[in-house]
Amino acid sequence: MLFSNLGYYALISGLFFSIILIPIAYRDLNFINHSVNSNILKIVFLQLFSVLLSFISLVISFINSDFSNETVYKNSHTAKPLFYKISGTWGNHEGSLLLCLLVLILFIFIFLLTSKNEPKKYKIFTLLFQQIIIIGFFLFLLITSNPFNYLFPIPVEGLGLNPILQDPILAIHPPILYLGYIGSSIIFSSALAAIMQNYVDKEWAKNLKSWVIVSWIFLTIGIMLGSIWAYYELGWGGFWFWDPVENISLMPWICLTALIHSIIVLEKRSLLASWTIILSIAVFTLSMCGTFLVRSGILNSVHTFANDPQRGIFILIFLFILILISLFVFFIFYQPKKEEQKNYLFSKETSILLNNWFMMYFLSVILIGTVYPIFLEVIANEKISVGPPFYNKLIIPFLIPFLIFMTIGPNMKWIKDNFNLINIKLILLFIISVLLSYLILNKIGLNGLFTTILIGTALYLFFITTKDFFIKKQINLSQKISHFGFSLLVLSIVLNGIFSSEIITNIKVGEKYKFKNGSIYFEKINNSKKKNYLSVVGTFKIQEDNNKAVFLKPELRIFNQPAIVTSEADIKISLYSDKFLVMNLVKGDDYYNIRYQKKPLMIWIWLSTILLVSGGLINFFNRK
Amino acid sequence: MKKKFFLLVIIIFVIICFVILFKGLNKSTTYVPDGISGKKLISFDAKKLFNNDEINSDLFFVGNKFYLLNIWASWCGPCRAEHEILMQLSNNPSIKIIGLNYKDDLINAKKFINELGNPYSEILIDEDGTIAIALGAYGVPETLIINKNKIILKKFIGPLNSQSIKEINSLLK
Repeated sequence: MLFSNLGYYALISGLFFSIILIPIAYRDLNFINHSVNSNILKIVFLQLFSVLLSFISLVISFINSDFSNETVYKNSHTAKPLFYKISGTWGNHEGSLLLCLLVLILFIFIFLLTSKNEPKKYKIFTLLFQQIIIIGFFLFLLITSNPFNYLFPIPVEGLGLNPILQDPILAIHPPILYLGYIGSSIIFSSALAAIMQNYVDKEWAKNLKSWVIVSWIFLTIGIMLGSIWAYYELGWGGFWFWDPVENISLMPWICLTALIHSIIVLEKRSLLASWTIILSIAVFTLSMCGTFLVRSGILNSVHTFANDPQRGIFILIFLFILILISLFVFFIFYQPKKEEQKNYLFSKETSILLNNWFMMYFLSVILIGTVYPIFLEVIANEKISVGPPFYNKLIIPFLIPFLIFMTIGPNMKWIKDNFNLINIKLILLFIISVLLSYLILNKIGLNGLFTTILIGTALYLFFITTKDFFIKKQINLSQKISHFGFSLLVLSIVLNGIFSSEIITNIKVGEKYKFKNGSIYFEKINNSKKKNYLSVVGTFKIQEDNNKAVFLKPELRIFNQPAIVTSEADIKISLYSDKFLVMNLVKGDDYYNIRYQKKPLMIWIWLSTILLVSGGLINFFNRK
Repeated sequence: MKKKFFLLVIIIFVIICFVILFKGLNKSTTYVPDGISGKKLISFDAKKLFNNDEINSDLFFVGNKFYLLNIWASWCGPCRAEHEILMQLSNNPSIKIIGLNYKDDLINAKKFINELGNPYSEILIDEDGTIAIALGAYGVPETLIINKNKIILKKFIGPLNSQSIKEINSLLK
């Protein structure tokens, strides 16, 4: 009660600071002095402090299980472990928005602190644009999603946190993802500010690059955690499902990845300035678009937040205001500098541009696949669902040239290079890779020209990036690690996709199911009462080929608050392959439905993503 | 000039997107399985909970304008939660509520009714779950809204809530 009030008024005072900040900052634009008025930084700090206070109040309300607070009542329960009480703070719509707001203000504060040598007006414009976003979030919170609504009479018990969200990985997945999404707000604001100040040049690119990399790192980790969660907790038996919400996080990621590359061209060669600006604006717009699609309930997905059209309308209007502001600024104020530098066909610049084109192609495929069903339903009243086949068909064929260009591009020189890069050794290596892939496929009894070339190209990229490690000519370690990580990622995903196998059957205790070269035996079932759920654990003995038998113990958790059954897969992880078993209830029967999967190289998907991120981290810490 | 034209085109495109998404927001995304709504209710035989008479469903769905068939069980937590809503609905004279007790212990089922009140004008029992399967139920609780011609108007999967009450009331008009 006390903390709810404190949190609410702290939030309102945060909005108040925004309102007084705008005229002060605007006035400061006209003063000639070189540094930003020190009061501005103080006000931003106060704003940060009030929102932090508000956030902490909400956390405390969750810890104390203060059910007079509506958000706590709806998302918590006294029987929940402390850790999940805390993570419950951002596991719901209201709390997560408050966290977003906190991050928005934190980032602009850090931006103002760290950008000492940049032009004053540019900094102030960035602050102003960022404050527009911040005010939008404040209004959204206070008008439609107040986290501090008061309930009377005070309920004795809360409704509980959705059990599938009670997972340690998921407790940190949202905040990290938000850091990535919201990090891109700084890119957006500073791009608009750079346009206003005609500051779109090498210096700007150099300074902005670290923000791009930070957002990219958080977004990559966030997506990876989400995908690990889907694999281990949801028991979906895979790591990527082209679910709309997954796509929504992938779109800004692709855009950021393109931006990382194009901003280097701007920094080194003063080329691609307009393109970099467009990407910078697009990243945040895509993030907001994602927020709209997830929070408005317009999509049906696992990530269903509260389904409230009023919220949807608010975000929609806010999103389009942002789009219109950026269009207005871009078309009215942007004066492209004459690009004096000539761009040659065989140069690093061109190869990066090519990379960007591919990225944009992948991005548009995903965008269309995600948004088109909504448009079609409104226009033609027809329901369609776009699934993996659509994405696979449109993306995989283009992956082959993309991977081939990726072996060549990074080794090209800036400005101008020649054909010498493509020499007989590399062609030989490519042929060897394709042959190798043919042999691998042949051994398993699969064939097909397309798959052979796909695996061959992935292998080829893998060999090239490995080779690049041992060439001391260039010192760009971060790029080598990230590219190596990416090649490993592609290789693991492709092999995993092709060699995964799956068995689905209904089985009861004491039964044995035989398949091609092995068997599954259902030994026993154990029930036990846990703190806030009933646990049902099955024991399965799996005998394959002539290997030692493996025991897998998948679990069903039957929760009472709210009443939900979740299934926990049991997974035996090894370097080569994961064995994955999940069971489900069959209504009113002694039978359980089981799904047994062998997933080769799963662990390498996570490891390679970690490599990808480490490349980014090295770049970030090495930037001086 | 070219720039302004370009801006205009983009703005028009953006506005179209806005309108479409805005309209999309007001569409209901609740998923109703195909082939249930609009179909005629099957006829089945069932025993009554309180006096064990066997009766054919055709004799049941007679004389009222609307029927609500609720599949429930005493062992099902969400059924307990939705019971309050059914009690409220039972005050509405234009709808007759029929319960189908699914795979339950009859003593527990009677206890459940005695404890929480009886919103049903009649309770049928489905001891082995076959009727529920024939009705296309996925689990308990589930609720069918049926009109006087025995056409299924709507199916609610999971417990009823205040939102579903609104939907039911709009169906009854």
